[in-house]
Amino acid sequence: MKPTLRRGAAAIVGVAESDLGEVAAGMSVIDLMAQGAQRALADCGLGLADVDGVFAAAGQSRMPSTALCEYLQLTPRYQDCTMMGGSSFMTHVAHAQAAIEAGLCEVAVIAYGSTQRSAGRSNTAPREVNPYETPYRPVTPASAYALAASRHMHQYGTTREQLAQIAVAARGWALLNPAAWEKTPLTVEQVLGSRLVSSPLTVRDCCLVTDGGGALVMTSAERARTLRKPPTFVLGTGETISHQNISSMPDLTVTGAASSGAQAYAMAGLTSRDIDVVMVYDAFTITTLLFLEDLGFCPKGEGGRFVADGAIAPGGRLPVNTNGGGLSYCHPGMYGLFVLMEAVRQLRGECSARQVPGCETAIAHGNGGVLSSQSTVVLGNASTV
Amino acid sequence: MTTHPTPSLETSPLEQYRSHLSRGELAYQVDDHGRPLFYPRVVAPAGYEGELRWVASKGLGVVYAATVIAPKGEPAYNVVLVDMDEGFRLMSRVESIPPEQVRIGMRVKARIHPAEENDGPYPVFDPVDAA
Repeated sequence: MKPTLRRGAAAIVGVAESDLGEVAAGMSVIDLMAQGAQRALADCGLGLADVDGVFAAAGQSRMPSTALCEYLQLTPRYQDCTMMGGSSFMTHVAHAQAAIEAGLCEVAVIAYGSTQRSAGRSNTAPREVNPYETPYRPVTPASAYALAASRHMHQYGTTREQLAQIAVAARGWALLNPAAWEKTPLTVEQVLGSRLVSSPLTVRDCCLVTDGGGALVMTSAERARTLRKPPTFVLGTGETISHQNISSMPDLTVTGAASSGAQAYAMAGLTSRDIDVVMVYDAFTITTLLFLEDLGFCPKGEGGRFVADGAIAPGGRLPVNTNGGGLSYCHPGMYGLFVLMEAVRQLRGECSARQVPGCETAIAHGNGGVLSSQSTVVLGNASTV
Repeated sequence: MTTHPTPSLETSPLEQYRSHLSRGELAYQVDDHGRPLFYPRVVAPAGYEGELRWVASKGLGVVYAATVIAPKGEPAYNVVLVDMDEGFRLMSRVESIPPEQVRIGMRVKARIHPAEENDGPYPVFDPVDAA
């Protein structure tokens, strides 16, 4: 099937985080979305009056685009609150590009907010009951990822130490990112020795529980070239849904990223070998490993051996999750927006101590649910279009 | 010509599943070609054909994936995915051995756990050797 979006026709022009970590008491998810939107618009020199497309998703808001429009007194021509978990924002990028290309809007804001840390996980993420899974008391979502890890270890000989290396690499990058939640070094021994959440995963194999939000601004390639910051062009997009519940995932060692990535590469006319910076949603150490394989950075089953010698840590062969990831930078529950944000900053050369030199292309891969929805965006700077 | 409304279902797939369990059967559904399906559904999904009907499993399978959870101050327990010999997969728990001894590839046999609190009856498994 031929990609229907036009490579490089739209660009991300503004990015910003809202307050992160543990936000002020009483802050709402819409407060954080609005704060992110204002900062992202300021980043590219646009204002609320320019916005005619609003995209939003949040675990704590059932009608987030409506809520954000009321708050900012926006009356956009186009809105979308597609919700497929943490990958929603990659799909918002694709949908925003489609809307911009179709002339349905010209300047789109994509926003997210979460107060899961300050408001408490149990208040912000009510459990969904599934009568075929709930009686067995899996710790959701950790046990689902733990089952995938157990299968990968069984099938390919992946070790606990190799998974721990992924957490250690993320921490190494986080120490280069002033915005990161974690501030102290981490060793493989500490990962293995920390509290077991759902074997084989310890608490250090699991993403953080923080507050946070932010926004992206997108517009047409033409308008992007007139704005304050160098445009980040959308070169390729792809998405797949393979299941909702982990017991319905066809093969726990192969994710939908194999398909969403292939779609995005095809539209971009690039392969994994052409990618300078790899940003993947690291909900758990095993997710980084699965996405490195499924997006073509190492053969299926080789992920553990690939990361074992610090390949994805600062100074390694492949820069992966250079902001410190959901494991060490920030994870408010649906982390995909931050994956895109870091890819944009790397392509602009704004990453100071953690900047990857000569970065021209990046992949931003989002994961939703329990490896359920996968959405990939390939991005490039002006040299790629 | 008058059109008659399609009659509503009298029981949900979940209630039918549980009623099989109450009779000691782990049941699943098959389509017109015998293709196995789990969890039970009202209609056949894409890739299946015709009407779904219920079949009782022989109850034998293999552990496909396994994790152990040890909540603070509570006994550890395992959560597994089991691939049944008939070709469907379900989440469950292996009992009658310590949870950390559950291994991927282990042969297991279903047993019906009685209903309790909010849960209806549900299948659990024992290692075949221990059964």
